[in-house]
Amino acid sequence: MTGAGFSWNLLTDIREMWSFPFMVNAFRAGAIVAVVAGVMGWFMVLRRQSFAGHTLALAAFPGAAGATLIGISAAYGYFGCCMAAAVVIALATRHRGSAGSRATESALTGVVQAVTLACGLLFVALYRGFLNGTTALLFGSFLGITAGQVVLLAGAGLVVLAAAAVAGRPLLFASVDPGVARAQGIPVGALSAGFLVLLGAAVAETAQITGALLVFALLVMPAATAQRLTLRPLASLVLTAVIGWLVTWAGLFAAFYSPYPIGFYVTSFAFAAYLAAQLAAAARGRARRSPALAGAGVPA
Amino acid sequence: MNTAHSAHPAATVVPPQAPAVESAAGTAVLELRNAAVRLGGATIWSGVDLRVGPGEFVAVLGPNGAGKSTLLKALLGVLPVASGQVSVLGQPPGRASRRIGYLPQRRSFDTSARIRGSDLIRLGLDGDRWGVPLPFGRRSRAAARRVAEAIDLVGAAGYAGRPVGECSGGEQQRLLLAQALIRQPELLLLDEPLDSLDLPSQAAAAALISRICRDQGVTVVMVAHDVNPILSHLDRVVYLAAGAAAAGTPAEVITGETLTRLFGTPVEVLTASDGRLVVVGQPEPPALHTDRHAGGGAP
Repeated sequence: MTGAGFSWNLLTDIREMWSFPFMVNAFRAGAIVAVVAGVMGWFMVLRRQSFAGHTLALAAFPGAAGATLIGISAAYGYFGCCMAAAVVIALATRHRGSAGSRATESALTGVVQAVTLACGLLFVALYRGFLNGTTALLFGSFLGITAGQVVLLAGAGLVVLAAAAVAGRPLLFASVDPGVARAQGIPVGALSAGFLVLLGAAVAETAQITGALLVFALLVMPAATAQRLTLRPLASLVLTAVIGWLVTWAGLFAAFYSPYPIGFYVTSFAFAAYLAAQLAAAARGRARRSPALAGAGVPA
Repeated sequence: MNTAHSAHPAATVVPPQAPAVESAAGTAVLELRNAAVRLGGATIWSGVDLRVGPGEFVAVLGPNGAGKSTLLKALLGVLPVASGQVSVLGQPPGRASRRIGYLPQRRSFDTSARIRGSDLIRLGLDGDRWGVPLPFGRRSRAAARRVAEAIDLVGAAGYAGRPVGECSGGEQQRLLLAQALIRQPELLLLDEPLDSLDLPSQAAAAALISRICRDQGVTVVMVAHDVNPILSHLDRVVYLAAGAAAAGTPAEVITGETLTRLFGTPVEVLTASDGRLVVVGQPEPPALHTDRHAGGGAP
């Protein structure tokens, strides 16, 4: 994907990249997706629903393959299938709480996951000659993002973010402390189901850039990184969105000037950020402990 | 195992005193009349009568599985009352939730829980509001002041800024108590708050709850497995067993005579030399409660 080739003058590089309309679309789509995935991923990590999130991500694969098969825009397939899977998981796990139902929840989520993957495989087989596209569906691509797709991503993203802003505080309460939240009259079950559907929409957006298998690069890693760095909920959410955004744009940049796929770069950068945050947290923890230890020996 | 109360030797050395029942004859904070709760077809308890006045400290006692937590959930309106009348702060259960502080039964937060104690307390103040709170301005400062007051009230200033997962069981219990207290509730419903605490922490937490009950005039209903740490603070006791209940002052209820009638089998109450009570002969249903702490109290 080399135009004039990478120079160490980053400004020139960016100007060159952005002279291609498809790259401008890719950067716009990447920014939208990173923020939406980051915010919903933040709640997902907090709620320990990564397995459900992973299952929703895999539902993107049959969604896109099925849409291509019947000849409609893949975007509809992504949203339709991911959100349908979210509804199925939400219905199957209505009674979160007791240990028994949690075991059922993960089993049912696993069932949904297997079925979606199998359907995706079937759709690919039915549509012969689709094979090149399969890699893009699974591992992402930033080529051929149209202006219309950007508008759709922005519209759906705004809806998801608006819903998260309105329901964020009760959702946080219901996530960390469901018993008390329920006693305060918060509709814990409805929030849980609504969250899964929003997560499905966020996953459907993200999968269009990162592919079905690498959605977690934007869904989990920025959130996990931010949660290591700060304990304040609002700051942590904003940091998540910023990290996701930076990682995505850096990934697009690197993918443009190298022959390797974007999914690899976004994931690697996100992982590097996570690693750095872990190291920083460990170093800070040691710094916090050592003065206490030193102070203990000093007579007051 | 026949002795339910007091597995620990010589710990709480406070002898039981005659509790000062100052039940105002007028308004009752809690009133149950012939109340019953059914769960999945089975009657948990029925025919429960109880009247609690403002500022009273009430313990809900009984063997495992007797429906102690169920009683709190019925008062909260989380579980429906099958028959009889229940009024909480003068309203049907579930209506007055903003005037009630609730501390559910639990073991602890996960060690990886990435939320500060102070944020948890703040959720008790306005966690049920929709929309995003502004992190600045008059309202935010007022909320921060309320959080700080609640932290001071329970003496949690030393660890309220740490992730809850890193706090000890006693510290978590104090943070959760602050969360339940932050709206200055008229009624506190506490589900085994002393559970999972070591004995010195149990005594300290019992004294703290009793102090809050007296100083702030809050009515406290506390589910307890062991009555001894709180015995000296109690005004009233509800003993649930065998699908029924006995209520009254501790001296009336925790006697061999009353408990024998309640359980339908001979039960003796022994008083240890340090004043602690030991209930002997109380039938404990075995192996039913492996799940009783799980999951924040669904269904």
